[in-house]
This record gives sequence, structure tokens and C-alpha cells, in this order.
Amino acid sequence: MTEHPTTPAVRMIGIVKRFPGVVANDHVDFEALPGEVHSLLGENGAGKSTLMNILSGLYMPDEGEIHLFGKPVVLRSPRDAIAHGIGMVHQHFMLVEMHTVAENMVLGLRKPRFILNLRQIEREVEQLSAQYGLHVDPRARIWQLSVGEQQRVEILKMLYRGARILILDEPTAVLTPQEVEDLFATLRKMTTEGKTVIFISHKLEEVMVISDRITVLRGGKVVATVNKAETSPSELAKMMVGREVLFRVEKEERQPGEVVLEVSGLCAKNDKGLPALKNVSFTIREGEILGVAGVAGNGQRELAEVLTGLRKATAGTVTVLECDVTNCSPRKIIGEKVGHVPEDRLGMGLVPNLPVSDNVIMKTYKERPISAGPFLNGGAIGRFARRLVEQFNIATPSVQTPVRLLSGGNLQKTLLAREISISPRLMIAMHPTRGLDVGATEAVRRLLLEQRKQGAALLLISEDLDEILELADRILVLYEGEVQGIVPAKDADVAAIGLMMAGVKPGEPAATETERRSA
Amino acid sequence: MRIRLERRLKPSRAAGVLVPLISLILALAFGGLILLATGANPIVTYKAMAVGAFGGKYAISETLVKAIPLILCGLGVAVAFRMRFWNIGAEGQLAMGGFAAAWVALFLPGLLPNLPLKWLLPVMIVAGMLAGALWGLIPALLRAFVGVNEVITTLMMNYIAILWIEYLFYGPWRDPKGYGFPGTAPFPVEGWLPRYPGTRVHLGLVFALVAAVVLWFVLTRTRWGYEVRVIGENPRAARYAGISLWRNFLLVMLVSGGLAGLAGVGEVAGISHRLQKGLTVGYGYTAIIVAWMGQLNPWGVVLVGILLAGLLVGGDQIQITMRLPAAVALVLQGAILFFMLGGVLFNQYRLRVDWGLRRRSIRPTLPAEGGES
Repeated sequence: MTEHPTTPAVRMIGIVKRFPGVVANDHVDFEALPGEVHSLLGENGAGKSTLMNILSGLYMPDEGEIHLFGKPVVLRSPRDAIAHGIGMVHQHFMLVEMHTVAENMVLGLRKPRFILNLRQIEREVEQLSAQYGLHVDPRARIWQLSVGEQQRVEILKMLYRGARILILDEPTAVLTPQEVEDLFATLRKMTTEGKTVIFISHKLEEVMVISDRITVLRGGKVVATVNKAETSPSELAKMMVGREVLFRVEKEERQPGEVVLEVSGLCAKNDKGLPALKNVSFTIREGEILGVAGVAGNGQRELAEVLTGLRKATAGTVTVLECDVTNCSPRKIIGEKVGHVPEDRLGMGLVPNLPVSDNVIMKTYKERPISAGPFLNGGAIGRFARRLVEQFNIATPSVQTPVRLLSGGNLQKTLLAREISISPRLMIAMHPTRGLDVGATEAVRRLLLEQRKQGAALLLISEDLDEILELADRILVLYEGEVQGIVPAKDADVAAIGLMMAGVKPGEPAATETERRSA
Repeated sequence: MRIRLERRLKPSRAAGVLVPLISLILALAFGGLILLATGANPIVTYKAMAVGAFGGKYAISETLVKAIPLILCGLGVAVAFRMRFWNIGAEGQLAMGGFAAAWVALFLPGLLPNLPLKWLLPVMIVAGMLAGALWGLIPALLRAFVGVNEVITTLMMNYIAILWIEYLFYGPWRDPKGYGFPGTAPFPVEGWLPRYPGTRVHLGLVFALVAAVVLWFVLTRTRWGYEVRVIGENPRAARYAGISLWRNFLLVMLVSGGLAGLAGVGEVAGISHRLQKGLTVGYGYTAIIVAWMGQLNPWGVVLVGILLAGLLVGGDQIQITMRLPAAVALVLQGAILFFMLGGVLFNQYRLRVDWGLRRRSIRPTLPAEGGES
């Protein structure tokens, strides 16, 4: 690069961003050098995403300055940011599903003005893919691609627009361990060419693998910027949370009891009418956690929905405590004491605009003392809600506060409190700690283990393999709606599970790179 | 300078009152421009409207007469809207309520000669509510089981109902002694709703107020009200919690249609004492404005129902006293809804004005880093 080596690619000075009621960034100073991977580490709500949304032009800071390669700039819109060579890959991809990779490249660009030469764009994309090891067919349509491939398209899109500074917001959440390896290789290639990579994460392990330097944010302020070589995961964790963190939640040995859930030959279709579950069979016993591992979109959501009555099974049976509940209504299944922590907390699990009290009675509002006949008992509802708030340490101004205003961790605690309040015999939890900070994650995991201790059977669906390894007694791997295998968690091997998540059955030789891609 | 919208932390209570009020003022200003364009003095006109609607016993009583169907239909529309079931069909449900009440009044005594005539009115009321409810049930069934959009079906069924009653009073039910006037024979006196002496205000006003109280109680204090709340705010969560959507769609439309049907009963049994032209003059559509302006709240609906009734009566008055078209009132109604829908944004968002970002933003540079950039 032609710039003087010490001139930072990005320098943000004294950035302040206020939202109603909170200061998301409180005089944050941040810099990233050309050719480095700089991680932004922090719990949810620490201000990482806000800071990077400012850098990518989505928000204007209330105070502070941004310098790029030594020159002060004002970024009024994402278009400004792109013009300055800043590209951000968001957690949710911004791609048009029906369009091809090449068509997505030019979306939103002001050139070409009239005539679109797709052939030429495809050639340019191919060249870029080869250069950075981002293999993807420029003529493929987005919906045909796996999540990992779509992420590559997003990165390619930024490179195609001439990004010199690439921001990745929690990029590994949707990837298999192998795909993470590929991504990291790409990022390293980019930094050797002098590009700057800013990597947002709250996962310590991967931050320690990929970063050159790490800036830790807490409560909207910078705690420290450290060199990777001079720090350790436990030191980082302490900086993130402000206290020592227990990494392992204590899990006591427990002898599983009788079978609670028996699933046999289960088949179901996804929203597009394509088979999403193919002949799935398994059992869970009392006091046992079955972890379901797999890359997102391999039938996990459909499995949870069929088990809770929200989706019809096309074949097979679901039996809860010897009672056949296949294709029963959600009401009936709740009556069998099946708790459900859904993936989409605010979209399905809670009613954002209603108060905590209305939300915690969603499963019990037909029971005494919450209601008597057709009438609700306001006093009993208040007492019930306040008891749960106290028992589960939910931080809320009052039980009248709309849950929309609670933080992610408290939302999840509210949801769990309600599900636990029905004394579940079976609990289905999908991504129970996704997006939660370390403290809340710990609390949620403790609650799940407490249920296991009480003798509930748990089905834990998670993208976080570490979580599954930590909590589950057995691990089931789903790939394209099929059970790849069920292994005891004790002697599980991460690499082997990773291969199963990528579609290799245990015992088969690992597919080569090209075979995986063409599959 | 930049003007931005910012999401409010909690829906503002002040906005709940201010938005309808400011919409009303803006609508009056907008209507004033139109009045000016037609050569009328807006202030004089509005004053005449206000006097016509609320100045004196007669004016107030006429306003209350029009408020009855507006409140009943408004309550019906509001309860359906709370569940995000877009019932645009109050007009048709009202018409069917009037139709059923008329049928009972005209033909039931002949069919059941033993029926004591004191029972006529109660049967008319029940029949009218039932007819409105069943008319509302059809779109609910179509939505629940075939997934047909209720906006279309409720709207289309208005035309069927309106044309059906027109067919009746122009055709087979026309009063042979009516000198060709489009209307049925008058109901027997036992089928008339009692009136407050000296006015046209009938018992329907009590029905409307009782309906508001009951609805408020049901929505806030019962299990069903809770289900309506959850479905209205998040249908996916409702399904997840085991609340049956289709059952509640049917139920809410029975209630909604029943209330509109009761409004129809009030019109035929309280005002015209027959089924005649002029039953469907748009109360069911104005009720949509009433429901929105009243924030889907029963008390709000009562208040706004009276206000908009005043607007209608005032509109009629200026037609007589100032020789201006009564459509002025309709223009104002439309303008109110228009500004309201725009204003609803401010329940969730507020305006923020940034006066030049760069001037304010520069912090004193850190001494150690002074010379670098």
C-alpha cells in the first residue's frame, strides 16, 4: 500500500451516540491499521454494532470525528461509506434471493448507468473469487446457495465495490467449523494485501484465533485495546464482563429416567413445501438433554415446530409420556406440559407491546388463580408476574413494562420463566442463548440444567457447538433434515461432529473441498 | 439541519390524544381552504356548523340520534380492528340488521298470531343482531378456512346487503299505500323503540352506552379480551400460546357484526319505523374513522362518535342555512381520517431536529494526538 505504514486506515475519535435512554457509545476511540484483523469484542449491548453502524454510515454520531487514512470524513449514508471504501457484512444478509450472484453485485451501484454487461461482471466476480478463495458461481441464484456461500457473496459484493475496510458482524454464527476455517483463510489473504478487517464478535475463542489486535467494549466505553499475543481468553472475558466468569456451568451426573419424548419416522415439509425432515427418530428420557447440532436451515426449526404442534407432520409419530400428540393442536401439547423456547423470541415467544404481566401468563391464563371462569384475576396476575420477576431475576422497572423495552437477556429470562412456570415434562429450547451476553447466557444455561435436575427432558437446538457440548448428554446431528448420527456428548469429538454437520456420515471418508461444494 | 424520525421508547399517551385533535384541526384548516375556494367564509361556516350541531336542545338531540349508529358500528369495527381483522363491512351488517328487524316487525305477527306484541321489539333486536353477526361471520369463515382477505369480502358484501334491502323496499316489500315512496309499510307501534319525549333520541342510545361499558369490561377483564390483545399484537405468538386464531376470528366478527346489526335495528325501529331508502347513508364507513380516532378504545369511540355525529348534523345545517353542500362534512371527515392515518406515526415515533452536526460535534482534540491528523 502506498500509505505511510503508521497511518491508521480507520480512526474514530471521541464517538458519542445516544439513543433514547441510553448512551450506546460514550466517547469511544478506535483505530484499525491497514493489514490487520482488528476484533471488536464485547457483550451484547456493549456498543460494538452501533460503533460499526456509524462507521458504515447507517448512523450519524452525536459527537466525534472519523478519519480514514488520515483524512477527516463525514459519512452521511452507507453510500458515502462505500465511496470511502468501507464495506459491512451484516448478520442478516442484504441479498436479493431471486437474483444471481452477479446481479446482486451491481445492485445499488450507480454504474453501469444504462447497459448492464452481466458477462463482464461475472468475469470480474470470478476473478475476485479466485483471488480471495471465495468460491461461488457468479451465475447461481442466491436461494440456491448455502448460508456460508451467501456470506461469501456478501464479502465479494463489498470487495467488488472496492472496499478497503471490511466490517464483519458476527460472521461465524451461521457457519460450520470448516466454513469458519475457509472464512479465516480469506480474511488473512485480504490483510496480507493491506486491507483492514474489523471483526465483531462475542466469541472469545475465534477472536483469539483470527485477530491481530482486540478492542474490548463494555457499556458503550472502550475498556482496552490489546495485542492478541499479549492477552489470554480469561483476561478478555474479565474485561468484557467486568468480573471473573465461570466458563463451565456445573453439570451434575444424572441417571436418565423413563422415556418422555419418542419421535419415530417423523417427516415434515418446510414453508416452501419441500421435505425438511426425513424419517427422524430419537428418544429423550427424564433428566436428559439431547442437543441438536447442525448448520442453520437443516430442519431444526421445522423439528421444533412439529413437536409443538405449530407444523403438521407428513408422516411418523410424536409421543410424549406415552400419549400420542402427533399433529395435535399447540393447546393440547402445552396441556401435556411441553415447554417451548422458540428461536424468534420477540416474533413468536413474546408479545413485544404487551407488559411483562400479560406475557408471563400466555401459557397459564386459562388456569386458576390467573382466571376464574371467563374472567381474569388482575390481582393474581400481578402477584404471579412479580413472583416470577423476583425468582428469575428479571430486570424490569415493573411488571407493567412492555417487554419490548427489556434487554435481550431479560427477554429470554421472561420467556423461560413462563415456560418453566408450567412445570414442563419436556422442554424444547431453540437457540436459547443466541445473542445473549456472557452473564445472561450463564443464567439461561443454569436454568436449563436446573430443569434437567428436576427431571424434565430437554431438546436443545443450538448453532453454538460449544453450548451443546457443555450442556447436552447426547448429541444428534441434523443435516438436510436427516439424522446424521446420535453420539454421547462425553466422548464427542468436535471435528467429527463438524464433519457430520457438513453432511458426512460417521465412518465415511471426508468429502473433498470440491465435492462438498458441488453437493 | 436534518429532521429525523426517532422511535419512541413507549407509545406516548399525549400523542394518543393530540394526534386525533391535531388531525381535526388540520382537517378543519384544509376544509377551510376548500370553503374559501368556493367563496364561503370558513369561520362563519364552521360557526354555523357548531351551532347547528351543539347549539340548543334540538341540535344536541339530533346529534345524539346520529351518534347512536356511529357509536354502535364504531364499537363493532374497533373490536375487530383490535384483532387486526379489517372489517370494512359495518355498513352491510347494519343493513342486514335493519332487514331482519323489518322482517320480524312486518311478518312475524302474521306468522305467529299468538305472540304477545310486547315481545315484538325484543325479537326484532335479537333478530337484527343475529343477522348482522351472521353477515359478518361469512367473511370470517372465508378468512379462517380459505384465507380470503377480509378487506375485500367485507367491502363487497356491503354492496350485496345494500342492494338486497333496496330490492326489498323498491320491490316485493314496498308499501302499496306508500304513494310509490321507496319503503315498506310502517311497523306496528309495538315494534317502535321508545323515544325521549320531544326528540328523536331513542333507546338505542342506552344500548350504545351499555355496549361500550360491556365491551370495555370484556376487553380488559376477561380471558377473551386477553386473547384479542395477544392476537392483535402478535398473531404468531397467539398461535404459539395455543390460542385458536380461526375461532377468534369467527367470534370477533359475530360480536362486530352483531353491534352493527343492532345499529340497523335502531335506525329502522327507532327513527324511520319502516325499512326505507336512507338506511345506508354511510354510518358503517364513518364508523371506521370513529374507531381509529377513538384509538380502538370504547370510551374513545363514544366520544368521537358524538363528535362526528355533530359534524354530520352541522353539515346538514349549513346546507339549509348557508346553502352550502352538505358534502362539506364528508370532505372534513375524509380529511380527518387522512391526517389521522398520517399522524398515527407519532404514536410510535417522534421528530428530532438536528441543527447542523459538525458545528456542535467537535470535541477538544486530545493533546497527545494533536499534530497527527
